[in-house]
Amino acid sequence: MSADIESGGPAIEVANDAPSLLGKGGHGGVRDAVTAYLRRVRGGDMGPLPAVGGLVVLVIIFASANPLFLTERNIANLFTQAAPLVTLGMALVFVLLLGEIDLSAGVTFGVAMGVFVKLTQPGGMSWPLALLLALGIGVAVGTFIGFFVAKIGVPSFVVSLGLFLGLQGVMLVIIGAGGTYRLIPSQIRAIQNQNLPPWAGWVMLVAVLGILLAVAVIDRTRRAASGAPNPPLSIMYAKLGVIAVLGAAVVFYLNQNRGTAARELAGVPIVVPIVLLILMVGTFVLDRTRFGRYIYAIGGNTEAARRAGVNVTAVKWSAFVVCSVLSVVAGIFTVSKVGSADAAMGREIVLSGVAAAVVGGVSLFGGRGRLVYAVIGATVIAVITNGMGLLKFSAGANLAVTGGVLVLAATVDALARKRSGATGV
Amino acid sequence: MATPIVELRGVTKSFGPVDVLKGVDFTAEAGRVTALVGDNGAGKSTLIKGLAGVQPYDGGEVLFEGDAVSLHHPRDAAHLGIEVVYQDLALCDNLDIVQNMFLGREELAVGTFDEGRMEAEAARALQTLSVKTVKSLRQKVASLSGGQRQTVAIARSVVKQAKVVILDEPTAALGVAQTAQVLDLVRRLADSGVAVVIISHNLQDVFAVADDISVLYLGTMTARIEAKRTNPNDVVGYITGTKRMTEVQA
Repeated sequence: MSADIESGGPAIEVANDAPSLLGKGGHGGVRDAVTAYLRRVRGGDMGPLPAVGGLVVLVIIFASANPLFLTERNIANLFTQAAPLVTLGMALVFVLLLGEIDLSAGVTFGVAMGVFVKLTQPGGMSWPLALLLALGIGVAVGTFIGFFVAKIGVPSFVVSLGLFLGLQGVMLVIIGAGGTYRLIPSQIRAIQNQNLPPWAGWVMLVAVLGILLAVAVIDRTRRAASGAPNPPLSIMYAKLGVIAVLGAAVVFYLNQNRGTAARELAGVPIVVPIVLLILMVGTFVLDRTRFGRYIYAIGGNTEAARRAGVNVTAVKWSAFVVCSVLSVVAGIFTVSKVGSADAAMGREIVLSGVAAAVVGGVSLFGGRGRLVYAVIGATVIAVITNGMGLLKFSAGANLAVTGGVLVLAATVDALARKRSGATGV
Repeated sequence: MATPIVELRGVTKSFGPVDVLKGVDFTAEAGRVTALVGDNGAGKSTLIKGLAGVQPYDGGEVLFEGDAVSLHHPRDAAHLGIEVVYQDLALCDNLDIVQNMFLGREELAVGTFDEGRMEAEAARALQTLSVKTVKSLRQKVASLSGGQRQTVAIARSVVKQAKVVILDEPTAALGVAQTAQVLDLVRRLADSGVAVVIISHNLQDVFAVADDISVLYLGTMTARIEAKRTNPNDVVGYITGTKRMTEVQA
């Protein structure tokens, strides 16, 4: 790049979230913000762009191939089908950002849910207590993996592969081969099978928009107070506007009656606000706290983070605990959807979880990605599963397509990495 | 002459039977660039690691602004305001310039990042160094050139308000134009009142920027001299041990 040669010229080019203070500085216009974004994309920093494009294409294909795809009932179904994968994908982002992996995330929730379902059989423990215990299992597993990876230095691939096998054994002991336990607590069943009243769906949307607006306004005020320039207001309104329109469309759609005239079924599934809450809190932690920033730093350059005074061991260790606990939450959504737990629970989903994150644009090499990318990626995979199911494709074809998408996404990631390396020189 | 910011008196360090530093005296003064030169194995890195608190000295005295201090941990050094800019830069490619400059010492407000304040301070630091080559503070470091990365690494020490900045081979990987830029930057850093210590094998760079030159030869300081009172030939002599200077300081 010739940037350093043409010194002296005013620095006009501006990143979309923060204009330069150098040179003339000042407020960047919308055009500057757009050019800066395009420059980043060309430089290989595409984020979830391919996944969003893919999602649009898939929806168009499935909608034109089968009219059932866009029915209210199927869309609601899509949300509840996707919820476990979305949550598992978000869980894995915390370790993928470190450049690590947790192959045991699925069976971790399998064990936790096996214990939960078994303990809450009639005459058993109260469900909140059992739920705490299940989350505690998540903490324990995460602590275990974190100890070996962060403290001892065993590759996470090996530790979590070992646990993947070992925890399946634990499942067999808890549940027994071929055994199945029905999920009893109605509160847990409700998460995936009951809906918010229509008005509550709107309240949820307004709350989300209100929080996003408040955060943006607080940011701007703070920046102004320190003398840092703010990005154009129009960009902020545009972002919020897109979220508002999409959100309103979804809430409106889900509030339509998708049952029968006699037995009305409408509203946003209860799982949706829970997933949104995890997404917002998690994004807050990753973007605005030291813990989150250090996860990115370690994923980018562990040695640099260490020299800057980051406690690498503690951050890594905690990230594995967060991953395992969020995996257990994904398990709660799974067991709520399925209605029972068996010894094979969670065995298959983990690779789909990794796939979800990678398809969404989270780098397997660490340091790049956001929680919302995993949400988008998981949605792509859920749409493929759902759409191909409706078109009566076999499970085999479905797996093959999902696998192909994963390889494609990983290739895009690798190419993007090469490219962003090249533009640096 | 004013009190040096850092003064080492007779520091020693051994690894097993090998004496790497055999009673070395060294000073770094505010507003001056001190070049630390010497052949491979002369003990430059060991001397620096001691100052950084990474590998404490075995013996001798460390005076900071005239007071005896102990450097037993990188935190001790950071607390005093001693910063090391390492050869391999130690930046995170996936973070932007501001994030890198504040890594490990982020400004918080109500428990969360105060990005505006960090950005403003980063801009001020770069302006102090008259850096005009960076387009946006929110650029990822991956997209910067070698010279720009070195700039960010050096500016980080300004943000930290370091009193002593140690640069380990800052120009080793750079081209001609970028080397000149970085040396310029080193000069301005010193002019802002910082004591700069620069380690370099390149005598051309040393003479271009240094006020004082200290030469290590096999664990002893064989020469300490003002740059304008010597020449590259003599310095090569000191480095290779064919020449020796007994007179200390002018």
